[in-house]
Parts: sequence; C-alpha cells; structure tokens
Amino acid sequence: MPLGGPYRVLMRFVRRTGRAVVLAVTGPFVALAGILALLTAGLFAPRPVVEALSDWQRRRYSVLAGEPLVAPVERHGVLRQQLFHWLAVPMSIVTFAATVGSWALSAAGFGWLSFGWSLRADPDGLLRYGSPVPMSVVPILSSLLLIVGFFAALRFTDLELAVARTLLQASRAERLSARVDRLTESRAETVDAADAERRRIERDLHDGAQQRLVSLAMNLGLARATLTEADPQAREALAAAHDEAKLALSELRDLVRGLHPAVLDDRGLDAALSGIAARSPVPVELTVELPADAADRPSRTIEAVAYFVVAEALSNVAKHAGATAVTVDVRHRGDRLRLWISDNGRGGADPARGTGLRGLAQRAGSVDGRLTVTSPIGGPTVIEVELPCE
Amino acid sequence: MRVVIGEDSVLLREGLVRLLAAGGFEVVAAAGDAEEFLKAVGEHRPDVVVVDVRMPPSFTDEGLRAALVLRRQHPEIAVLVLSQYVEERYATELLSGPPSKVGYLLKDRIADVGDFLDALRRVAGGGTALDPEVVSQLLVRRRSDPLDRLTPRERDVLALMAEGRSNSAIAAALFVSESAVGKHVNSIFTKLDLPPAETDHRRVLAVLRFLQA
Repeated sequence: MPLGGPYRVLMRFVRRTGRAVVLAVTGPFVALAGILALLTAGLFAPRPVVEALSDWQRRRYSVLAGEPLVAPVERHGVLRQQLFHWLAVPMSIVTFAATVGSWALSAAGFGWLSFGWSLRADPDGLLRYGSPVPMSVVPILSSLLLIVGFFAALRFTDLELAVARTLLQASRAERLSARVDRLTESRAETVDAADAERRRIERDLHDGAQQRLVSLAMNLGLARATLTEADPQAREALAAAHDEAKLALSELRDLVRGLHPAVLDDRGLDAALSGIAARSPVPVELTVELPADAADRPSRTIEAVAYFVVAEALSNVAKHAGATAVTVDVRHRGDRLRLWISDNGRGGADPARGTGLRGLAQRAGSVDGRLTVTSPIGGPTVIEVELPCE
Repeated sequence: MRVVIGEDSVLLREGLVRLLAAGGFEVVAAAGDAEEFLKAVGEHRPDVVVVDVRMPPSFTDEGLRAALVLRRQHPEIAVLVLSQYVEERYATELLSGPPSKVGYLLKDRIADVGDFLDALRRVAGGGTALDPEVVSQLLVRRRSDPLDRLTPRERDVLALMAEGRSNSAIAAALFVSESAVGKHVNSIFTKLDLPPAETDHRRVLAVLRFLQA
C-alpha cells in the first residue's frame, strides 16, 4: 500500500502528541496531589510516600511518553525523588500554561472572528468587518497558536521526561547492576535448561532405542546360535547383521554416555570420570580430589560442565594431539573446581580455530568459569579450567 | 538352575526369559521393578538372579541397590547385574563383599548368546564375571602400590582373571600358551604377596587385591 508508510508515521505522531497533551493537561493536578500527599501522609512516613508517588509518576511517563523508566532499588535515591516531586509543580504548571494558554489565546482569536465581536456597524447600519489588518492577522495567529499548543505539550513534556529520567530512575550503575543480575539469572536458567534437556535425551535413548537395539542384537545372536543348518549365505548375512547390531549398540552407548551419565547424578563427578577416562584411546592418568562429604559436592550444573569439559578435552586429544599419554587432574581448591588436562602430543592447538576448544571455552564461560590453553608447537598441550563452586 | 529376572523393559525382559529358557535355565519369576524383584527373590529363593541397574521408580541405581541387599542378606544367591553402561563405582560397591557369585556386565554382552550364558553359569557356579569395560575403568582408577610391580602383561592377565576367566580362556584371549599364562599367574601371586594355598582361593584373593588396590 503506497500510503502505508507515511500514514503510519503520521498516526504515530498523532498518537504521541495526544499522549503528550494528556500529560501536559493532567500534570499540575498530579503534581499538586503529590505535594499534598508529601505534606500530610509524607510527614509520618516520608519514604513509602515518596516511593509510591515516584512509582505513580514513573508509570505515567512510561505509558504516556512511551519510555520505560526503571525504578531505583528500594530505599535508594529517595531525596532525589523527593526533589522531583517538588520540581514537578512548577514544571507541570509551565507545561500546562504553555499548552492550555496557547489554545486559550487561539480560541479567543477564533471566537473574536466567529461571534461578531470583530464586526462594526457602518453608518448605513450594516455590519461590516472592522480594520482589515487584524482581520488577516488574527486567523493566522489563532491557527498558529493552536499548533503551538500541541508542540508546547510535546516539547515541555519532553523536558519533564528528561528531569524524570535523572531524578526518578535508578542511576546508570544501579541499572547496569540490576541488568547484570537479571542476565546472570537468565543465563543460569538457560544452562540448567540445556542440561535438563541432555538428561531427558539420555533417558529417552536409554529407555527406547538402546533397549530395542539390545533386544535386536540378542535375537540375532540367538538366531545365529541356533540356525546352524541354514544355508551358508543366509548365515553369513545373519552374522553380518548381528555384528552390525552390536556395533550400533556400542556407538550409541558411547554417544549417550557422553550426554549426561546417570552415575554423575547419583555418585558424582569422581565416579563419572572413570567411564570417560577408561574409554579414551589414549591412556589416561586420572587423579580426582574432591570433598568426600556429599554436602560439599559442587552443584549439578558445575559437575555437568566439568564432566563435559573433560570428555570433550579427551576426545580432542584422541583426535588431534597425536599423544601417547594424558593426565587429568581434578581438584577442589577453596571455592573453585580446578581441572587440569595435559597431554604429551604435538601441541599447536589454537582455540581460535578448532571448534572443539572454542566449545569448551564457551561451556566453561557459561558458568563464569575460565579456560586457558597452552599449546606451543611441539607440545605439550595443557588445558586449565577453573569453575566457580559456591 | 532357577533364575529370577529384574528388568523394567518388557521387550528385554521377555527376550531374556526366552534366552535363558533356551540356555537350560528355569526362569521362575520376572519382575519389572526393584521392589517386586526382591519380593520374587524372597518367595522363590532362586540359584541366580539377573538384574538391571536402572529401574523404576527413580531410574537411577535401584537395581544395583537391590543386588547389594541380596548380596548381604542372601549370599548363597548368585547375582548378575546388567546395565546399559558399566560404572567402576558400581562395580566397587558390588564387589565390596567376597568376590564370588557375582557378575557385572554390559547389556551388549547378551547379544553374544553363548558367552552370556557361559558367564551366567560361571557366576551361578561361584565365579565372577566382570565386563572388560569395567575392568579397564578399574585399571584407570587403581594404579597404586602392589600393582605397580606388575608388568603390563601381568596386568592384562590379572584383568582377565578379574573378568572371571580360566587359564585356558586367558591363554586364548592373549594368544599365548596356557603354560605361559600359568607362569604369569604365579608371578602375580608372588608379587601380590599371596601365600601358596589352594589355587582357586588365590585367584579370588588376587582379584580382590586387584579391585581393592
């Protein structure tokens, strides 16, 4: 629709102006009611009254000026907010006066034109317009003032908003810190959700595909053992199918074990690491020193990240390092879980290039952990990871 | 030989019943969760049980816990634990008692029907059957003292002994003669300071030492 763009822009402007007018016209009443509240109830409980008023004003500006204002943390910036409520009176009166005053003058002009006050009786007794100069100036001025009223509402409420922004809102530092809190929380939720998803997939595969494959491999094995008199070609096919089924089973098990082993939940990180260490094609020397007390166990999220990091690091070593030995060392030191994975391979691992190492860094970063890779050409490669545990 | 099965997957439970029947075992009960399983064992007093680690309601390790209860309360009943994954920690718990009449295998091993039935018979007969995967996990974790004195070859032999194999089976697995295996076994006994006694008993002790080192 060719009219769409400009039409929308126009409507947006009209809506915005309309809201500004509402702000301008209601301003003094709200501000005066606020002062009244401050001087009565505010004498007994200044802080709650100030905060309630600020909340009211913030909501007013948020809705009518279309800019969300973030409240400061409770008990913070009360004086600042109080100052705003006092300033609101003169500010809103000026806005009101500029807006409503312009329209009042404009209305007077049009009234003067419309209701005959501008007419004079000439000597013949006929009504005529008087002096031609005001006759041409008054309509122009009145029209201009009508428009000026709207612009006054827009501009002056913008000024009020600017003041509200500084006095009614949390300071930038406060807002940033609140935002960091929110982000931290939502990131933790995301990490937990991803973890729960891995658990769910592991469980689904365990209960579904894996059982079915075991049953299939067993039936094939049974057939292979009993059909000894079948024709050799059929037996060969049967044997191949049996071997394939067993291979599929073992591949699926490796995949599923890497997702989230059940033993990680019920026996902890130490127990879960045996499985991946034993499966590594490069011999692993594994040392785990974790608090024996279950109450001091790192959180499930941290354990899952640590498990994943070791699993991924070992698979990287097997794929790229050309190493003949790996050392994995897991320790609890103060409030940190420290992982140290070092191999005697060819080195030259670059986190900026390999997706494996980058994935590790991201995974560690997702819980505010830190990963450092030292891998000079010629080796050895050392991966150090520190994960916070509260 | 009378068997009680504990396995929550209907498909696998029925398969096991068929397989064990074909292997000459008498399946007297097949339960779908740990509680039912223990009740069936109490009722039927089987010679051997086959039990899955993960069962309802919590799907973590209730089968293993049921097996531990059995090992404590009915040491005369042989226990073969099956699982989709083997865990060194579970094995250690399972073997905390005397290392006999006990087995811990991956479910994959069921597919090799003959070997699986052999393992079950071995366990029922008072022996052990440990999955090679769990043995390699144990090897990763148990590197300490007396075992350091073993040569890599002797470690291989000991690992196969831990799986519950006889000298001839070990010889076949390592492609060496049976007498060579016998020499390795004697050397292991010496290095682990096991006094000469009845051979079978020493084998058990060696495995025990291996698992608890």
